[in-house]
Amino acid sequence: MSQITPEIVQAHQLTPGEYEHIVSILGREPNITELGIFSVMWSEHCSYKSSRIHLKKLPTRSKLVVCGPGENAGIIDIGKDPEGNDYCIAFKIESHNHPSFIEPFQGAATGVGGILRDIFTMGARPVAVMDALRFGPLDDPQTGARNRRIIDGVVAGIAHYGNCFGVPTVGGETVFEPSYAGNPLVNVFALGVFRKDQIFYGKATGEGNPVIYVGSKTGKDGIHGASMASAEFTEESKQKRPNVQVGDPFMEKLLLEACLEAMQTGAIAGIQDMGAAGLTCSTCEMSSRAGTGIEIDLAHVPQREQGMTPYEIMLSESQERMLLVAHKGRENEVLDVFKKWGLDARIVGTVKSDGIMRVLNHGEIVAEIPSRPLADEAPIYDRPHTKPLRKVPMEGPALRSENLTADLFTLARSEDLCSKRWIWEQYDYMVRTNTVAGPGGDAAIIRIKEIGSSVAMALDGNGRYTYLDPREGAKLMVAECCRNLSCVGAEPVAATNNLNFGNPERPEIMAQLVEAIEGMADACAFFETPITGGNVSLYNETLGEGIFPSPVMGIVGVMKTEMPVGIAFNEAGRDIYLIGGIGEADGVRMGGTQYAKQVIKDIWGLPPALDMVFEKQVQLAVREMVTSRTVESAHDVSDGGLAWALAEASFDNLIGASVDVDSDLAPELLLYHEGPSRVVVSTADGKTVETMAAKYGVPALKIGVTEAGRLKISNKGITLVDTPLATLRESWATALESKLEAEVHA
Amino acid sequence: MKFGVVVFPGSNCDHDAWYAASANLGHQAEFLWHSDSSLKSSDCVILPGGFSYGDYLRCGAIAKFSPVMASVKKFAAEGGYVMGICNGFQILTECGLLPGALVRNRGLKFICKEVLLTAATANSPYTCAIPTGAELRIPIAHGEGCYVADDATLDMLEADDRVAFRYVENPNGSLRDIAGVLNEGRNVMGMMPHPERATEPLMGSSDGRMVFESLIQSYASQLSAAK
Repeated sequence: MSQITPEIVQAHQLTPGEYEHIVSILGREPNITELGIFSVMWSEHCSYKSSRIHLKKLPTRSKLVVCGPGENAGIIDIGKDPEGNDYCIAFKIESHNHPSFIEPFQGAATGVGGILRDIFTMGARPVAVMDALRFGPLDDPQTGARNRRIIDGVVAGIAHYGNCFGVPTVGGETVFEPSYAGNPLVNVFALGVFRKDQIFYGKATGEGNPVIYVGSKTGKDGIHGASMASAEFTEESKQKRPNVQVGDPFMEKLLLEACLEAMQTGAIAGIQDMGAAGLTCSTCEMSSRAGTGIEIDLAHVPQREQGMTPYEIMLSESQERMLLVAHKGRENEVLDVFKKWGLDARIVGTVKSDGIMRVLNHGEIVAEIPSRPLADEAPIYDRPHTKPLRKVPMEGPALRSENLTADLFTLARSEDLCSKRWIWEQYDYMVRTNTVAGPGGDAAIIRIKEIGSSVAMALDGNGRYTYLDPREGAKLMVAECCRNLSCVGAEPVAATNNLNFGNPERPEIMAQLVEAIEGMADACAFFETPITGGNVSLYNETLGEGIFPSPVMGIVGVMKTEMPVGIAFNEAGRDIYLIGGIGEADGVRMGGTQYAKQVIKDIWGLPPALDMVFEKQVQLAVREMVTSRTVESAHDVSDGGLAWALAEASFDNLIGASVDVDSDLAPELLLYHEGPSRVVVSTADGKTVETMAAKYGVPALKIGVTEAGRLKISNKGITLVDTPLATLRESWATALESKLEAEVHA
Repeated sequence: MKFGVVVFPGSNCDHDAWYAASANLGHQAEFLWHSDSSLKSSDCVILPGGFSYGDYLRCGAIAKFSPVMASVKKFAAEGGYVMGICNGFQILTECGLLPGALVRNRGLKFICKEVLLTAATANSPYTCAIPTGAELRIPIAHGEGCYVADDATLDMLEADDRVAFRYVENPNGSLRDIAGVLNEGRNVMGMMPHPERATEPLMGSSDGRMVFESLIQSYASQLSAAK
């Protein structure tokens, strides 16, 4: 007898076709618990049903990749310790966009918690976190107050979780656009370190092995979080607050230490965290990966409240929970470790060989589903895609600046380019004493104490570029991320991506996704940075308004552990070179720049043109200059163009630049175009810089010298920008805080 | 010299203190588990930074009840060196080994940054190797680091020369710019800044070494005096 009506199916965001597929898998109608289980596993968030066929286009292998997509995080080999043990890093980026809009503090906090569990569930100790954040404009008359509340909550939430857990938040990026006002993005990247012979996988192996639940009790929070993250926002979704989970970083810290210690006993066969879709996802994925079955009895699951139904227990997204499989007969070794750390650990079931995920409640079967079809046979859609959505013209207004220095101040005060110190000073970016380069540079660097190497990491994304041309925008993003790593002397080796897009059921949005993935695939193959994992967040729309297509890239690089080369000029009187040259630009290619956004307040045209072959040569040259210490500083030219890159290099030590170039570009273009493949370096050894650049066939243009206290840029002797640094830095340093303080006075 | 670093559930700078003392200063260091009462014959006990027991009631409020703290109190009463850093400082004030309290930062936000400190006295085992007037670059990382006490207590601390460190630019609203204080016997010291995070050039500053070196020096002269 079936209680499942079409309305119930629809309420679970399953289509009639998907429901039929469920019936055929089961050979009968599902009960309500089974329907709930299918609905979360087959949600966009868990199944990637709209993106999966396109994600297959991404390169995922290299000789360093130990584990690619499909596990909790990607793993790459980073070298040996003095005893010859191989060391690896596990890293991944994940979004918590929808929860962070509904409840910014907890949404962001649990986003951090979720990705940290993905890392340590594999046996790696998390050593770094970064965040890519997108918010609505802080001073918008309609949405500003809410946007300020959201950023305040998100930053505090990240700080709360990361600081207490004891992982440094070492970098990231923050961008503001009106399209994020109703749909902020919170993408959290985490990276952990471990020995290659101590990797754990989420596999329920060994028939008869006990299944152990550990961590927080299960409550009614977060039920249907995964399906919420797969639906567009409406007015109603503000009512979904109980769907957002509450994080407990202290519990997570205990779980981390206890899990790593328990892993050392050798008594653990497999382990997986309970993230999206909670107990459902961990049980069926673990058994599916191992080709086994799993049987649990919910009566043994620690519960926070009385009278929870099987449906609620299976779908709860209560945080800080892990599921692990111990070797039979050795379960007490595992339980003892958890007891030592004061954690609730219970045996809730057993591994079976029948391929079935069987859920009992006090001995009575409440769900019985073949694991593999549930985990892996989610419908896959080749959704129609047409031309990417684009509502802006190719040609923009004529650029005739009245005051190019004033324009530079406008950039300095803009939300996108101003100092983000207010954000990152709330994060403990130093805990664990590995932070060689923290926030504020081109890339963060974390030394790995066990070996002589460090890991550099950068996050990048540019929604405007991707909106104007999804394919080229995605390539530019990969190129910039790699360039950031090259600027600190690291060789990019692997990547993770977070694809934040709108509603894939709209063909012009789907086209954005497809083209961005394809562009990313090309660039990642070219730069030899395979994608080892990531996350797709779709339906980022509110009331039918989509966000800019906003892929975010996290790329990691490896380098020797040594004193870092930063972005800032250190000494006056040093030669400044522009590696890669002035580049080419025209009015059309200015339409996606910060100059267009902040000064002209418009968007048009195309993103900057990228020549990947040239870009790679520039990066090779710069990497050699940095690792050989031929240059004292290196900073890539990106948002805000050459003028802004020079300004940023000047702030830290108030050592600026006196620059004169010889270009036929219009001044607005010369100063502010964002053509890639360019890096500003300062050096006491110009000759060697020139030799190294020549070796890679790239121009090294000597554009000026560093000068204390001042930034002056001219073209053929005609002054374009001239300002004391102190005032420019003041504008840059205080802008974010003063915009946020408006809330207090409002 | 042997350092014992206490590990409470939620300590997260325990490894940093251990690493600073052993790898960077070249001395022995061992972890002390919160529910054990043995101090493993440490010469100095470090209560590290972090969020002991989640800091859910008040920072450091639960830690004072742990078995290890009973031993630490006894050790301190016998003149043993006890250094509390950040959360460790909070614990020392909660359990009465140091006067005053640490409350929410002025501005109410967590702050992580490098600050400048001066040693307010050379007359302590934690500051004796620090040149007078030297400004030390040492990071802070706390949400509740604003040192408060009543005027009488503050006056007494100053009269007894028991202020160990002062901020050059007060980052958190601490009364009289106090960053660290000593107990009456001068063997117990708590400070909000993290000297263990500034013990090698790679971390951006080595100034924190001076705190450890003071201690190591004091210990050595104490030993030779005993002989």
